[in-house]
Amino acid sequence: MRSYLARRLLLLVPVLVGVSVVVFLVLHLSPGDPAEIMLGSQATQEDLARLRRELGLTEPLHVQYFHWVAHVVRGDLGRSLWMKRPVLDEVLNRYQATLVLTASGLLLSTLGGIALGVASAVRPHSLLDRASAVTSLFGASMPVFWLGIVLMVIFSLWLGWLPASGMWAPYGGGGLRDLLAHLVLPAVTLAAASLTIIARLTRSAMLEILSQDYIRTARAKGLIEQRVIFRHGLKNALIPIVTVVGVQAGYLLGGAVLTETVFAWPGVGLLMVQGILARDFPLVQGCVLVIALTFVLINLAVDLLYAWLDPRIQYE
Amino acid sequence: MNRRWARNQLALLALIVLTGVVLAAALAPYLPLADPDTVDTVQRLKPPFTPGHLLGTDEFGRDLLSRLVWGARVSLLAGAATAAAAMLIGVLLGVLSGYYAGWPETVIMRPTDILMAFPYILLAIAIVAGLGPGLRNAMIAIAIVGFPIYTRLVRGIVLSVRGREFVEAARALGSTDRLILARHIVPQLLSPVIVAFSLDVGAKILATAGLSFLGLGTQPPTADWGSMLATGRQFVILSPHVVLLPGLAIFVIVLALNLVGDALRDLPDPRSYSS
Repeated sequence: MRSYLARRLLLLVPVLVGVSVVVFLVLHLSPGDPAEIMLGSQATQEDLARLRRELGLTEPLHVQYFHWVAHVVRGDLGRSLWMKRPVLDEVLNRYQATLVLTASGLLLSTLGGIALGVASAVRPHSLLDRASAVTSLFGASMPVFWLGIVLMVIFSLWLGWLPASGMWAPYGGGGLRDLLAHLVLPAVTLAAASLTIIARLTRSAMLEILSQDYIRTARAKGLIEQRVIFRHGLKNALIPIVTVVGVQAGYLLGGAVLTETVFAWPGVGLLMVQGILARDFPLVQGCVLVIALTFVLINLAVDLLYAWLDPRIQYE
Repeated sequence: MNRRWARNQLALLALIVLTGVVLAAALAPYLPLADPDTVDTVQRLKPPFTPGHLLGTDEFGRDLLSRLVWGARVSLLAGAATAAAAMLIGVLLGVLSGYYAGWPETVIMRPTDILMAFPYILLAIAIVAGLGPGLRNAMIAIAIVGFPIYTRLVRGIVLSVRGREFVEAARALGSTDRLILARHIVPQLLSPVIVAFSLDVGAKILATAGLSFLGLGTQPPTADWGSMLATGRQFVILSPHVVLLPGLAIFVIVLALNLVGDALRDLPDPRSYSS
C-alpha cells in the first residue's frame, strides 16, 4: 500500500506540470497582444506598457511560464483587473460555494444512483428498471442548463416552493435552512445526468456480480437476501462504481459552471464566466487552475479508494 | 425479442425525427418561414399558436419557429463539424500512437492524458477564454477537448490488432506499414469509430449549446439553440415558451441521436462473424 501510494503521488508531478502549462497557455492562445485585449482599445500606451510589465509579457514565453509558476506556488495568482483585488482571495471566496454545490451534487447522484441501480438489478425488467432506463436516456440527452430553467419555472415560479437563485436570501436569511432551500434546485439539476449514469452502471455491475457462484453459495447457506445483496453483491460491485463516480465528479465540476450561471450560485464557475466576458485573464486562469486542481485531487482520492477497497490492486 | 423490436421501432422513430430536422435545417432558405432576424416589437413575446406565428415570438417579436429552424442549421452543423474534427484528429493520433510504439506514443499520449486531466467543459471554456468568444472559437475548443476520447479508443483497438496473426502474416509477406495500416488496421476501426461518432454528435451539440448559453459561442444576432435559451432566460416569467422551446429542440435532437447511436452499437458487427 505504501509503495502504491508513493507511486501514485509521484504520478501527480507530470499531471500538475501539464495542468499548469495548459492554464498558463490560456493567456497566450489569443491572437494579438493580451494586454490590449484586456484593457480594450481605449487604453493609453502607458497603461499597456504597465500591464505588460506587470504580467511579464515582454519576456520570452518559457521565462514567463517559470515566473508565473514561481508566483503560483507561493499562492500569488496575480491581480484581477476587473475586481482590482488579488485573484486568489476572490477565487477562494467563491470556492466554498462551488464545493458545497458539487459535493451535494456528487452525494445526491452517488447515493441516488446506487440505490436506483441496486433496485433495478434486484428486479431486472421490472417497472422501476424500465423507468430507470428511460430516465437515463433522458438524462444523457438533456442540457443541464435547460433542466435547471425548467425546474426553476416549475418549483419557483409556478409552485413557489423554492427560491430561484442565489445562495442566501437577501433579507433576514442565513443559517442552514436557508442554504438548503437555495441548494435543492441547483444540486438536483447538477446531479440528474450523473445519477442516471451511475444507476445504469451500478445495475450492470450488480447483475454481473449477482450471477456469480459465490452469491448462489451465500443464498444456499441461508443468508437473508438483504445481506446477500449488500454484503456480498454491492461490496464487490463497488470498484467499477467508484470509477464512474470519479469520472462523474469531473463532469459535475464542469457542469457546476453551467448550473451556477443558471441559478446565480456565487461559485468559481460563475466568477470564471464573468471573468471571460470581462477579458480578465488572471482571474480566468485562477478559476481554471483551482477547478482543475480539485479534479486532480478527486482522481487521486478515487485511486486511493481503489487500493483500499481492493487490496489486490497494485501499480503496474 | 419483444423488447428488441420495441427498441428498433424507437430507433426508427428517432431516425425519422432526425432526418426531418436535418432536412428542415438544410432547406430553411426555401421553406415558407418568416425572416428569422426581422424585428417586430408590436408582436413581441407572443405565445405559441398566435396567427402567423405558430410557435410564438421572442423578445424582439422575431418568429420563433423560423429562428428554431435557422438555429438548427448552426447547432447541427456545429455539433457534426466539431465531432468530425475531433474524430479525424483523434483517429489519426490514435493510429500513430498505437502502431508506432516508442517516441510517437510518448509525444502523443502524454499531452492527451494531460487534456483528459481537465473536466471536459471546463477545458473548452478555458480555451474559449483564450481565443475569445465566438462560434468558430467555441467549435475549435470543443474539437480540441473532444479528440482524446477517440485517441484512447482507437489506440486500444490498434494495440490489440497490431499483434494479430493476419497483421504478422501481411508483414511477413513484405507489406509496407502504410499498406498494413490501410488494408488491415483502419478497416477494423470503422464500426467502433462510427458508433462513437454517432453518440458524440449529440454530446457536441450539447457542448456548443452550453458555450453559447454562457455567452461564449454564437454572438447576436445569429442564433443557435443555446444562445436563444440564454437570451430568453430574462423573459422566463412572462413567456416560458421562449426558453422551453429551444431547450426542447436540443433535448429532442440529442435524444434522437443517442437512440440511433445506441441502435448502431447493438447491431451485430458483420466482421465479427468472419473472424
